[in-house]
Amino acid sequence: MGVEQKLGEMGAVTTTLEQAMNWGRTRAMWPMLFGLACCAIEMMAAQSAHYDMSRFGMELMRPSPRQADLMIVAGRVSRKMAPVLRHLFDQMAEPKWVIAMGDCASCGGVFNNYAVVQGVDEIVPVDIYVSGCPPRPEALIGGVMALYEKVEAEKIKAAA
Amino acid sequence: MDKQLQPIVQKLKKEFGAEVTEFRGDVQVLLASEKLIAASLKLRDEFDFALLSTITAVDYWPEESPRFHIVYVFNSLSKNLQLMLRVPVAGENPTIPTLTEVYKNANWRERELWDMFGIKVDGHPDLRRLLMPDDWNGHPLRKDYPLGYEEPQFTFNYEEIDLSKPHGEV
Repeated sequence: MGVEQKLGEMGAVTTTLEQAMNWGRTRAMWPMLFGLACCAIEMMAAQSAHYDMSRFGMELMRPSPRQADLMIVAGRVSRKMAPVLRHLFDQMAEPKWVIAMGDCASCGGVFNNYAVVQGVDEIVPVDIYVSGCPPRPEALIGGVMALYEKVEAEKIKAAA
Repeated sequence: MDKQLQPIVQKLKKEFGAEVTEFRGDVQVLLASEKLIAASLKLRDEFDFALLSTITAVDYWPEESPRFHIVYVFNSLSKNLQLMLRVPVAGENPTIPTLTEVYKNANWRERELWDMFGIKVDGHPDLRRLLMPDDWNGHPLRKDYPLGYEEPQFTFNYEEIDLSKPHGEV
């Protein structure tokens, strides 16, 4: 009951800059096409008609890191792949986020051996860990929702 | 044994002193490494084994002699035959002659052999690692290679492991 009502007929909304910015970031967060193993199949399922991640503005999987905001590491990362993953992460434009999807990306999972990185948090800063082997599409969407909550709580800060 | 294989095996026995064993229809020919090139040339040119389908090895650690068996699998597409050559080698750092002169595709297979088992291939045009990163130490498919087990992180040892773990930063 304030300015909204007075300006109601003009179709105006008031908000804070932070809220508007975070709303924009969360409602069109384009993930990078980065499937590494079986988790990628669940990620594709999450994109497809039945689970339909495009409800949350994520219908576009970008094959280029320069157009992506979110890296979903879907699958195990071998030691040889690790520098490539870091390179792709470095090429993504700020602001950027990372979801470690599944047990392998989060902690190495069942692959406790010389060839597999024991959690991608050794290479890139991870925002959300989604457990499961592989996680169901609902779990991934749950992870994305958790990320949205995190992003919506972000504050504007001066560029470093 | 396949009827068509018998004369081939007989010839290998006679000319190269090969030892022949058979297991469930798979014929294996044990051969000294000096005779490998001559034998494979004979297989390719005389007996129509046009395809080298794979090269791999078996590590018999802790045995020292032979420490490894190098396994070559040849296929004849025209006669529908398969033949396996096994070359025993001894010691920690064995060397075998290259097959790239005979079969071009031996190039990458021998690189994989070097990468995974640490078997030097004499005369190979480009002996680099194939699968592992270039700066890798050791050869992972050797029996004495450690599995590289890392302590899993649970609630009770979270702090302790977190301290020793590397962390990716922005």
